[in-house]
Amino acid sequence: MSEELLRTPFPERAGAALQDAFLQEALTIATTKFIDLRKEAFAGFPAGEALRDRARAIKEATLQHLDVHLERLADNVERLGGTVHWAATGEEAREIVLRLCRDRGVRMAVKSKSMATEEIDLNEALEHAGVTPVETDLGEYIIQLAHEKPSHIIAPAIHKTKGQVAELFSRELRGQFPADPEVLTGVARKALREKFLQADMGITGANFAVADTGTVVLVTNEGNGRMVTSLPRIHVALMGIEKVIPSMSDLVVFLAILARSATGQKLSSYTTLVRGPRRAGELEGPEEFHLILLDNGRARQIASTLREALYCLRCGACLNVCPVYRQIGGHAYGYTYPGPIGILLTAMLKGNRSVRELAHASSLCGACKDVCPVRIDIPRMLIELREHLDREKIAPWTERVVFRAFRRLLLSPTAFRLSARAGRLLQRPFVRQGRLRGLPLLFGRWTRTRDLPPVAARTFRERWKELR
Amino acid sequence: MAAPVRAALMITCLGDMFFPEVGVAMVRLLRGLGVEVDFPEGQTCCGMPLFNSGYHHDAALIAARTVKLFERAEHVVVPSGSCAWMVKTEYPGLLKHDPALRAAAESLARRTRELSQFLVEVLGVSRVDSKFEGKVTYHDSCHLLRGLGESTAPRALLRGVPGVELVELPGADQCCGFGGSFSVRLPEVSSAILDKKLANVEATGARCLVACDAGCLMQMGGGLTRRGSAVKAVHLAQVLAGEVSR
Repeated sequence: MSEELLRTPFPERAGAALQDAFLQEALTIATTKFIDLRKEAFAGFPAGEALRDRARAIKEATLQHLDVHLERLADNVERLGGTVHWAATGEEAREIVLRLCRDRGVRMAVKSKSMATEEIDLNEALEHAGVTPVETDLGEYIIQLAHEKPSHIIAPAIHKTKGQVAELFSRELRGQFPADPEVLTGVARKALREKFLQADMGITGANFAVADTGTVVLVTNEGNGRMVTSLPRIHVALMGIEKVIPSMSDLVVFLAILARSATGQKLSSYTTLVRGPRRAGELEGPEEFHLILLDNGRARQIASTLREALYCLRCGACLNVCPVYRQIGGHAYGYTYPGPIGILLTAMLKGNRSVRELAHASSLCGACKDVCPVRIDIPRMLIELREHLDREKIAPWTERVVFRAFRRLLLSPTAFRLSARAGRLLQRPFVRQGRLRGLPLLFGRWTRTRDLPPVAARTFRERWKELR
Repeated sequence: MAAPVRAALMITCLGDMFFPEVGVAMVRLLRGLGVEVDFPEGQTCCGMPLFNSGYHHDAALIAARTVKLFERAEHVVVPSGSCAWMVKTEYPGLLKHDPALRAAAESLARRTRELSQFLVEVLGVSRVDSKFEGKVTYHDSCHLLRGLGESTAPRALLRGVPGVELVELPGADQCCGFGGSFSVRLPEVSSAILDKKLANVEATGARCLVACDAGCLMQMGGGLTRRGSAVKAVHLAQVLAGEVSR
């Protein structure tokens, strides 16, 4: 994400988002819809809860032997005629794609939606190398036209209203288009058809990769994934190493809960299973298939604090229910992956220092954990992350001093009692109709928008004497 | 006749300093139900603010102190879902390095209950002798709902009060935006979340908003009085003890 954006402190980025009327309108509508659809989908699916447990167990077990599963996946992909590349970093992954483009004279690449490619800023690298990347997922297409970044894991243009999209299309695609989703989709489809036919390379992510069979699985809703994987002469799939699952029977478990969690669908409209390049006698498919296995900070978390974040299916359910995400949207977070899981993934990919502020962008309400298809305990991990920030002295020293002083207060009943008395004295000038308003310093952060009850004339402890 | 149930009150820091009337209501309510109430005076806070912000070593010191303080209590009753959650769910882990303390923490976890759960599970209360007139609505505190899995006890108790008309709050299970230090770390976001909550509250037409957590009551009550709302934020104990004035 742009360094310029990150120079603004997170609270200010969040504040600006709160003031953005378009964003507020778009977010409320979309997240509410997602929440309702998910709820409905699981309400009508009694097996769902047990499948979520199964899915979690599969992820847990797979990570125990990740190396074995990855080797098997690689062997099977190569047996099918594909080429496997191992990328330790985002930069290595970009280099692999760019080299392929150079060697094969690629001038245009069509892409289906992929957060992994966002993670490594692939589009910028391609453009820089003279290759034109074209996003073909409608949401991604919209934000590419707008020169923006996705603000949601599965709904990248969630921050835009249909009115804004109509304006954008009218300007960028030269026309007069109404704010009618059906018309706008038709416009995009027409523009994209040509690109599919022109492109030399198709770039995708992978929702899953099945080790036993060497199958890369794409879950999409628009059919663009099929075009990207079958029309261009080269298909490159980029996946985080945690996306491997052992077998096709495991895939069934994940497919049953992924779309339900994401969009409330039983299955997405398209589930594309890709096994290597076109074989002799086949009528369609690419001549070459490349699978890039991306580490980029993942492997070192397998035995560490953020381990559970590696279970993530990227369904976006935790974003939709997060009270913070629902207010500020994805861009304010400042990194590729927004929302509660995004904070953890950012720590994983960019290090703990990058989430010094973000680690606190959660009220720890637990709604994310409740809806996560693999039950990632996000609130607990956020708390653990905060613990690391203290231990690694990344948390501001002022904060650490304040909390240590607070601890001393709580360890001494006498000091605690005295603090009530001190509070009563100090609060006097600020009592209005029995409530505190206009408090100074840190307390002002509360009283700017809310009243605070005053420290009671007699605390419970003081009243207990007569209750006894 | 069976020996009376004895319960120690864990008043919580916010309850002690800002909402003593909730504690008083709780004492009257429990005594009215034949419970012998005790108040270990050395108590301060459960340490959750330290724990949630990542100061775990510090929180463990508070936990060790609290565990000892309540060692002899037959039952511990807490008027706050989040503090009860802290004691029940987090204390054993925080004290895991000292086997004796850990065992004591596990014992305390078993003996500790949030008020509505204590009333229903331990005392088997389904209705209390109280009165109230009018509509109330109920907000599910995050830690009581998702942390302790409780959504029915407070509602059942409210329905058991003659004169109470319980109206469901749209989005009752959504956070009020308090979140402890979150409310001052990101005050604008916290307040934006609160605004949506309060709009829902006011739309119910209730005269009282009931919750079982001092944190949520501080946040929602502070928002309600600031906007000059007619809705009053009250604790479940106050309704059950018949102490909500008209």
